[in-house]
Amino acid sequence: MLDIVLIGINHRTAPIELRECLAFSEEDMLNAFSVFKNSPVIKELMVFSTCNRVELLMTSPNPDKAIQAAKQYLSDSKQMALRQFENSLYIHQGDDAIRHIFRVASSLDSLIVGEPQILGQIKDAYRRATSQKTSGVILNRLLHKTFFVAKRVRHETGIGDHAVSISYAAIELAKKIFGSLEDKEVLLIGAGEMAELAVENLIRNRSGNIFVANRTFENALKIADRFKGKAIRFEEISTAIEQVDIIISSTGAPDIIIHQDQVKKILRKRKNRPLFFIDIAVPRDIDPEINRLSNAYVYDIDDLKGIIEENLEDRKQEAVKAERMIDQAVIKFRQWHENLEVVPTIIDLRKKLETIVQNEVKKTFKSLHHLSETDCQAIYRMTHAIINKILHDPTLFLKQNGYHGPTSASIDFARKLFRLDDE
Amino acid sequence: MNFINSIVIFFYLMGTATYLVFFFNQKKSREKTGHYFLTAGFVIHTTALVYGFFSSGHIPVRNLHETLSVAGWAVLCIFLILQYKFNLKILGVYAAPLASLIMIISLMLPKTPFHDPEIFKSFWLFLHILFIFLGEASFALACGVGVLYLLQERAIKSKRPGFFFHRLPSLDLLDTIGYVCILAGFTLMTIGLITGFVYAKTIWGKFWSADPKEIWSIITWLLYAALLHGRLMIGWRGRRSAVMAIIGFAVILFTFLGVNFLLEGHHKVFTRW
Repeated sequence: MLDIVLIGINHRTAPIELRECLAFSEEDMLNAFSVFKNSPVIKELMVFSTCNRVELLMTSPNPDKAIQAAKQYLSDSKQMALRQFENSLYIHQGDDAIRHIFRVASSLDSLIVGEPQILGQIKDAYRRATSQKTSGVILNRLLHKTFFVAKRVRHETGIGDHAVSISYAAIELAKKIFGSLEDKEVLLIGAGEMAELAVENLIRNRSGNIFVANRTFENALKIADRFKGKAIRFEEISTAIEQVDIIISSTGAPDIIIHQDQVKKILRKRKNRPLFFIDIAVPRDIDPEINRLSNAYVYDIDDLKGIIEENLEDRKQEAVKAERMIDQAVIKFRQWHENLEVVPTIIDLRKKLETIVQNEVKKTFKSLHHLSETDCQAIYRMTHAIINKILHDPTLFLKQNGYHGPTSASIDFARKLFRLDDE
Repeated sequence: MNFINSIVIFFYLMGTATYLVFFFNQKKSREKTGHYFLTAGFVIHTTALVYGFFSSGHIPVRNLHETLSVAGWAVLCIFLILQYKFNLKILGVYAAPLASLIMIISLMLPKTPFHDPEIFKSFWLFLHILFIFLGEASFALACGVGVLYLLQERAIKSKRPGFFFHRLPSLDLLDTIGYVCILAGFTLMTIGLITGFVYAKTIWGKFWSADPKEIWSIITWLLYAALLHGRLMIGWRGRRSAVMAIIGFAVILFTFLGVNFLLEGHHKVFTRW
């Protein structure tokens, strides 16, 4: 019987410096696969390494030895003394290991709960393991279940709903104001990473023309070039606002640069078509009083942060639902795993044959009224003898196999061949 | 007839319940079920009205009981068209309870029709009532959309987007649908008024008799005309448009019911009870 073992570190147990040291590159993984390829203690192996975690998922006939071997391997290959990272390691076995991988893939263990990348990263790691044939019956099944659970969590809970980054929160708001962002024109005032990220996201939502204004026209030209937009002079901002729909401001100006009465006039000129101001600057660029005007909306950096906090809180609540789904999946997987032994399989096999025989004999007896009770008994005895004869060789095969080679594969195959598991 | 109306109400109430559940849990399947309930109710309702039309030979508006039933039917009719056109799922939360409420009030009112079949037997009356009711139903929905707009606007302006923010559609969509409702309502109402005047001419021999209902109808019509004019010329949109849609509907309610109960006039016939 192979046990499932997981050993690793993540953003909760280790600082970035340590995670960097233990991270696996593509080559490192191939190396690990080849080292453990014929190991007697580690039968199956999968490695995933992202910026937030390094984990080794294994199956082993002897978990303690496997853990020891894995630790030793980490220490040797990363050229670090074991004591330097041993305290940061977490080790899970059996149900805990299964639950852990389900939680990781469902993004419950992520730094930002619900972030969607992790599932793809695990899929990559699994693909690598399969290409090196280091995953076997158990890991294959475990990973397929993992993908299934992660998808279910994503679809049936709100764990991935609502933005949790400044630029996405801004986009979400813009969508609630304008509906579609297609062809909505954008004015970027100033420069800055967050503001430019927001512009990129708007472009991804197929926004229309981009205008860029900057104190120095040269800088405006440079940024405009990057977004295939149009640079305008700082004095032209008022005229530009008559045309655009979304204004992102991120200047170093000490005072407000867009005032309420200015916008009031502009709104009249644009026949009250809505305006959305995103003020990322500190100190603020846009008069917060503009938010009081009809059809004008102002969000500053703190407002956006407030939204994100609320959304994160929502995700945490959804995570409770997700944990419940995962608990169910763990139990189901454990049942399958436990059945992956010789004796339960032979019992199941016998049960299956007996049910078939019983049903068929009953059917036949219905049309054979002349048979006496003793005749029936004799026929029953014969069917039992047949079942025993049929099962003799497969039983022997599965049992013998159990003492020598890897049994899980043949047991799994037998279970599939006779469809002993319901799915 | 009573029995049929109860079935219709049952479907509308089931629709209301499923739409409310949908509003809270946001499961698309619920919305679909709600839509099926309302469509089923609507089909039965239509059949009942058509039957009433053929059995009596005129449109069934002989008392408030029947008139309200037509009003409920019109609300559902406009809602289903909007739903089909814009796929605005959330509107069912407003339309379904509104139609249910109208139908329940209708059911509780006495059923004895007022007998003067002669004045009902006119093609103009049929058109007048059909268009006026569809127009008023459009205004009713414009009012509902206006309320949704104000809720969503408040969610965004307050900077604490929560329950409503995630559930309601974008301001732009709500504003557009509100506009479409008012435009459609205004067109239907205009046709309804013209056919009404023609009908008045055939029955009472004059187009205009300064009846309170007529005066209030013109006031309502002018109000919506102003709203449309403001929107097209000066850009009254968003909040102002939403608020006016709500006020407009309040005036309609008064024109529809208030005038009949509080003031005298020849429309009293239709809402007698």
